[in-house]
Amino acid sequence: MELIDLPLIWAFIIGFGIIMYVLMDGFDLGVGILFPFAPNEESRDTMMNSVAPVWDGNETWLVLGGAGLLAAFPLVYSILLPALYIGVFLLLTGLIFRGVAFEFRFKARSSRYLWNWAFAGGSTVASFAQGAVVGAYIQGFETANGVYVGGALDWLTPFTVLTGLGLLAGYALLGSTWLIMKTEGYLQQWAYRITLPLLLAVLVVFGIIGVWTPFVDEMVRERWFSNLSIIWILPVLTLVCAFQIYRSVRDRKDGMPFVATMGLFITTYLGLLISRWPYVVPPNYTLWDAASAPGSQMFLLIGLVFVIPVVLGYTAWTYWVFRGKVRAGEGYH
Amino acid sequence: MDLDPLILSRIQFAFVVSFHAIFPVFTIGLASYIAVLEGLAFKTGNPVWLKLSTFWTRVFAVVFGMGVVSGIVMSFQFGTNWSNFAQASANFLGPVLSYEVVTAFFLEAAFLGVLLFGRDKVPAGVHLFAAIMVALGTFISSFWILSANSWMQTPAGTELRDGVFYVTSWSEAIFNPSFGYRFAHMGLASFLTGGFVVAGVSAWYLLRGREVEANRKALSMCLWLLLFIAPAQVVLGDFHGLNTLEHQPAKVAAMEGNWETSRNVPLLLFAIPDQENQRNLYEVGIPSLASFILTHEWDGEVPGLNEVAVDEQPPVAIVFWSFRVMVGIGLLMIAFALAGLLLRVGDRYWRSRWFLQGMRGMSLTPFVAVLAGWFVTEIGRAPWLVYGMMTQTQALTPSLTGGMALFTLIGYVVVYAMVFSAGVYYLMRVLFVGLEDQQDDEHEVERPKRPFSATHVPFEIEGDRQHGEPANQGGH
Repeated sequence: MELIDLPLIWAFIIGFGIIMYVLMDGFDLGVGILFPFAPNEESRDTMMNSVAPVWDGNETWLVLGGAGLLAAFPLVYSILLPALYIGVFLLLTGLIFRGVAFEFRFKARSSRYLWNWAFAGGSTVASFAQGAVVGAYIQGFETANGVYVGGALDWLTPFTVLTGLGLLAGYALLGSTWLIMKTEGYLQQWAYRITLPLLLAVLVVFGIIGVWTPFVDEMVRERWFSNLSIIWILPVLTLVCAFQIYRSVRDRKDGMPFVATMGLFITTYLGLLISRWPYVVPPNYTLWDAASAPGSQMFLLIGLVFVIPVVLGYTAWTYWVFRGKVRAGEGYH
Repeated sequence: MDLDPLILSRIQFAFVVSFHAIFPVFTIGLASYIAVLEGLAFKTGNPVWLKLSTFWTRVFAVVFGMGVVSGIVMSFQFGTNWSNFAQASANFLGPVLSYEVVTAFFLEAAFLGVLLFGRDKVPAGVHLFAAIMVALGTFISSFWILSANSWMQTPAGTELRDGVFYVTSWSEAIFNPSFGYRFAHMGLASFLTGGFVVAGVSAWYLLRGREVEANRKALSMCLWLLLFIAPAQVVLGDFHGLNTLEHQPAKVAAMEGNWETSRNVPLLLFAIPDQENQRNLYEVGIPSLASFILTHEWDGEVPGLNEVAVDEQPPVAIVFWSFRVMVGIGLLMIAFALAGLLLRVGDRYWRSRWFLQGMRGMSLTPFVAVLAGWFVTEIGRAPWLVYGMMTQTQALTPSLTGGMALFTLIGYVVVYAMVFSAGVYYLMRVLFVGLEDQQDDEHEVERPKRPFSATHVPFEIEGDRQHGEPANQGGH
């Protein structure tokens, strides 16, 4: 008899890790997505400076999430990765290109435009792939006896293309509101200008996804329209956040648009989780089906009890040191 | 032609892991060297040590950065291409690999930043402490990785129920029978790699008459180190081989090219293994020496490949030749270390041009030796993935097709070729600029930074002449 529900604890840890990753790597991916559209090269310097000191800490959450998933929910790891084989490849190569661009762009002079493209292209591909993964997750996976039995491109459907575009727009919005918060002058004005069109794009795409989702999956439909109607509070909160973004952009408030965009992401994420709970490999396996042996979950949990506070503390310290506005040509080289 | 996802996945894994391995094997050794330099600088106050430490820390930063980038891919390979293996072994490998990630994160978060950017911001003692912790951290990281690998070679502390491994004893699983030997062998390999690279680069600078005093000291230090650890590695390798003989006799048989269990087995210097007909062509060997090395008796019985079924034999030729490449390089290393000792007579070791040219040439050989060694141990356990328990065929992702595997294999080769040729090119630039350049980032703000920020060497060669230009030059 287990005294504590270890899989449940692990579900919270991984769920927390995912939203941390989405919010934090989201804005620096978003800055990469916006990169080609920046008004000039000086703005690009500032844009990159605004995320350079924190982006790799942000990506740590992805690596921790990957390893943690293998340790705590191996079934999820061993079904999702084969199912998303091509998507994972695109995600990783995208992240490699943008990671290297961070290192070399500041060292490069005549080849700088190449690293600009590596940064923008890598960020865009990685973001689209992540969005498609979310869509594939809503769609569910074809499994038999605990292994994936579908095809290589099952994940790529009109629905997942739309979720890919949705996350692309969403990350771009996180990126533009981040720039509003972290920059000033010409670049900030540009970020203010593009934020409302991006918000509109996000709302349209998220809206279509929202209407489409119940038709993709029956379980979601049931949950939304019959036995869990409290769920409707989440889209309402999403709209409140959207309105808050609109108002704070209109009133030129530097910090609020980013905070409200995070709110928009969190409410959407919670909606997704509640629609699928407790299935971690929809439509067949719950988090208890997917869990590793209790001894293994415990063995790692003991270490993480010490590590997670340190990671959070270090993250908080990094952002604290990095507070305030970023100016061109400052700091990071 | 049918594309075999198993072969393609094996090639892909070999490619990404080999590519990844060359970076940590160097940084582990280099981190310890930097810690020693920092210690000497702290103790003696001689600016030469500081100069060397600053330069090699810069090199460390670039190589470490490339290791991190190539490592991201590794943590997803198990799931994408070997999902049955991931599912079966997650109870052990999951926590072990997670602890590695956590260690690496700690290393980077807490101490690497201080080592790379903190020299003027923290007291000298704290900086030295950070250098030691980075060195220690690289070892702890490799501890977990090698534990995972060794468990796959000599599984222990687990039981297999319904296709899933359950941990029965964490200490037996982590400290499984081959772990200690592998960890020690790999640790020495890292020191050899660090030693020969530092010695080779110093030799190259000495040939050009650059920073003679510092580079002579560096070369001398490395030669003393190599004099002891190059022979020690041979002894350790022998112990490791005996351990392999006990647990994986087929691998040793492939290393020796020994088809039949017999006594007075010769040590083959040359042969072309002919797996189809289960024999060697053109054998040249030293009589009874393999028996002596493996059993410490001239007429000792050595198990041959005939002990296992033909379809359970590893590919013999590649194991046989990889082993010879590794050992050959090891002997060459001892020869150079001894030559360095002899040339101390008359203080010639830093002036003899042929010796310096030789050391320069030797600087890349440790990487070849390390990869050859891993080829021996990884290919030599075929067809097993978890030795005696799970074959590579069983471990493969069921839904994987040859086309998918080929697509990502080509993809990774192309991406790595682009990204890492840029990385290696940049590393060469840093080496070319050398120790003379001790300039620090002028306008440092107290902020966390990326490893590469530790160097400010420009990417292009012409950048040298444009040092004063503003950072933000628009539109090229």
